[in-house]
Amino acid sequence: MSDGIWFFLQLLVQGLAVGSVYSLVALGFVLIYKASGVINFAQGELLMLGAYACLAFLVQAHLPLWAAVGLTIVTMTLVALVLERLVLRPLIGEPVISIIMATIGLAAVFKAATAAAWGTQLLSFPAIFPDQPVHLGQVIISQVYIWTFCTAMLLMIAFALFFKFTRLGIAMRATANSHQVALSMGISVKSIFALSWCISAVVSAIGGVLIGSINGVNITFSDFGLKVFPAVILGGLDSIPGAVIGGLVVGILENLSGGYLSRTFGGGVKEVAPFVFLVLILMIKPYGLFGTKEIERV
Amino acid sequence: MSSKCGVFHQSYQSEMAIFQTWFARGWMVLLFAWLLVFPFVAKPIGKALGTNVLYLANLIGIYIIGAQGLNLLTGYTGQISLGHGAFMGVGAYASAILTMKLGLPFWVALPLSGLVAAVVGMFFGIPSLRLKGLYLAIATMAAQFIIQYVMRNATWLTGGSDGMSVRAPSFFGLALNTDRRYYFLVYALVILATLFTKNLTRSRTGRAFVAIRDRYLSAEVMGVNVWGYRILSFGVSSFMVGVAGSLWAHYVLVISDEHFTIGLSVQYLASIIIGGLGSVTGAIYGAIFMTLLPELLRIPEKALSQVWENAFTIVSSLREGTFGLLVVLFIIFEPDGLAHRWNKIKAYWKLWPFSY
Repeated sequence: MSDGIWFFLQLLVQGLAVGSVYSLVALGFVLIYKASGVINFAQGELLMLGAYACLAFLVQAHLPLWAAVGLTIVTMTLVALVLERLVLRPLIGEPVISIIMATIGLAAVFKAATAAAWGTQLLSFPAIFPDQPVHLGQVIISQVYIWTFCTAMLLMIAFALFFKFTRLGIAMRATANSHQVALSMGISVKSIFALSWCISAVVSAIGGVLIGSINGVNITFSDFGLKVFPAVILGGLDSIPGAVIGGLVVGILENLSGGYLSRTFGGGVKEVAPFVFLVLILMIKPYGLFGTKEIERV
Repeated sequence: MSSKCGVFHQSYQSEMAIFQTWFARGWMVLLFAWLLVFPFVAKPIGKALGTNVLYLANLIGIYIIGAQGLNLLTGYTGQISLGHGAFMGVGAYASAILTMKLGLPFWVALPLSGLVAAVVGMFFGIPSLRLKGLYLAIATMAAQFIIQYVMRNATWLTGGSDGMSVRAPSFFGLALNTDRRYYFLVYALVILATLFTKNLTRSRTGRAFVAIRDRYLSAEVMGVNVWGYRILSFGVSSFMVGVAGSLWAHYVLVISDEHFTIGLSVQYLASIIIGGLGSVTGAIYGAIFMTLLPELLRIPEKALSQVWENAFTIVSSLREGTFGLLVVLFIIFEPDGLAHRWNKIKAYWKLWPFSY
């Protein structure tokens, strides 16, 4: 096979791995949106906070990996609970603008807190995964990417099963469908909101740890979370399979445009390509691939 | 007549008036006189406070024009925009290119740069055809990143990361290159922009905006062209913020893409939320508040850097964090902003001491 195809495959595989993390974070985003109708602009900050927390447990507290990840999950659950109780719950029923602005404000607060606690310089993770690269033909993949992809996929399968078979998962789906019906079936909608924030924060944090272990973390790390927007717009704002597919597509698209277009359009093209894509989708197919079309009747 | 308590309207004309009482009109005259006198007494005031108050006043003025624009879109039409920082940048760069590369005079470039910003803003407003506020927030956020990318990478047009330098405008041969001279230009436009906004909101167009914000389905049933007015609102709003960008460019004289980040967009939104959504005076309060807050924050910052020498690394994020916190607190506790609080205070004193 020619070099061109190997180059393409290399980009594709890396894109898939990064895209799987996008899927994970997009899943968290869609969970919150489906359950409570909140557009969460602080998703990237949750991811950043998770990565920094895990880093602190690993490096500053010298804990083993399993303990650090476990503590990160506990911390993020607590953060999400406090957030939901103090900020989001008083805003139930407020106009969309207020809720969006509140999450934007939260994002700024999180960023400032992170900068105050850990500074703004790049911190790198200790090697979590073995660093020997794997050769597939001429494609060289570092093991981090493979582990990232597998972890993300496993988590998403676990969530699919959770929503399909457990009581709580079914209660969450019922809430997403209709708050009134859920309430009349004896489901506590408030605790479902809180639960969706917890799950969302935890999956974002795990995504943060996975991506952080590839490139390290610094204060601009939260920009990573902005990529969930192209992903969820492509998949449809309220569709979980859509979020997963959207994340993968955006990851691949981003890597391919970085590989092929950056010579003509300059270095930032990799970051901006998903957003151009986003605007195009909004103009052509605004409810995405699997999103529910809103039909309004008077 | 003399025994009435409160404001009673006996004609539609008096009810539609902007300043309804002689008292309010008197205050407006005083405010106007103060605006005229201020640049001549600014120096001693600035010396007493230890800052250049005229510079701050100019920044506030430019901010007010942009905030009025965003308030038309977000406060009156209910469309959230996370791209106004970039639209301001479009205005600034358009003005720089028009004056420096094409050699147009500032007075032509100023409205033209507003128009360029309006066209760009309307383009990114197109998704509002079929979608509601939350999608628009995402679309305008994408606009923010795309525009910033163009500013940084289209080197042949914008000078890339080096930015562009701009000349100060001149008024019949008088170069507006000092704070005091520029002040009169800025505040002439501030008064124009404020009157324009106020009058627009009292017109058919403004009522259509408010109808769309409150319940766009009902508005459509009543015959309001929802999409047309949304796009119009986007255009007018981007025009004003573009003019603010042009003014800013000709004031600071060097522009680069680093100023027009998503942080600026968020600050604009924060200013109208803190000031009061859908209130002309609110945008003014918000602009003043957001310009003066960093100055006030300098005091704790200075104290902090004495205790802890690494403080300068977190100072900028401290500022952003304070903005964020304020926005969250305002949304939870005072969603109608400073303008509403001010009205409440006035209402309290109106009936004092029988406040109930």
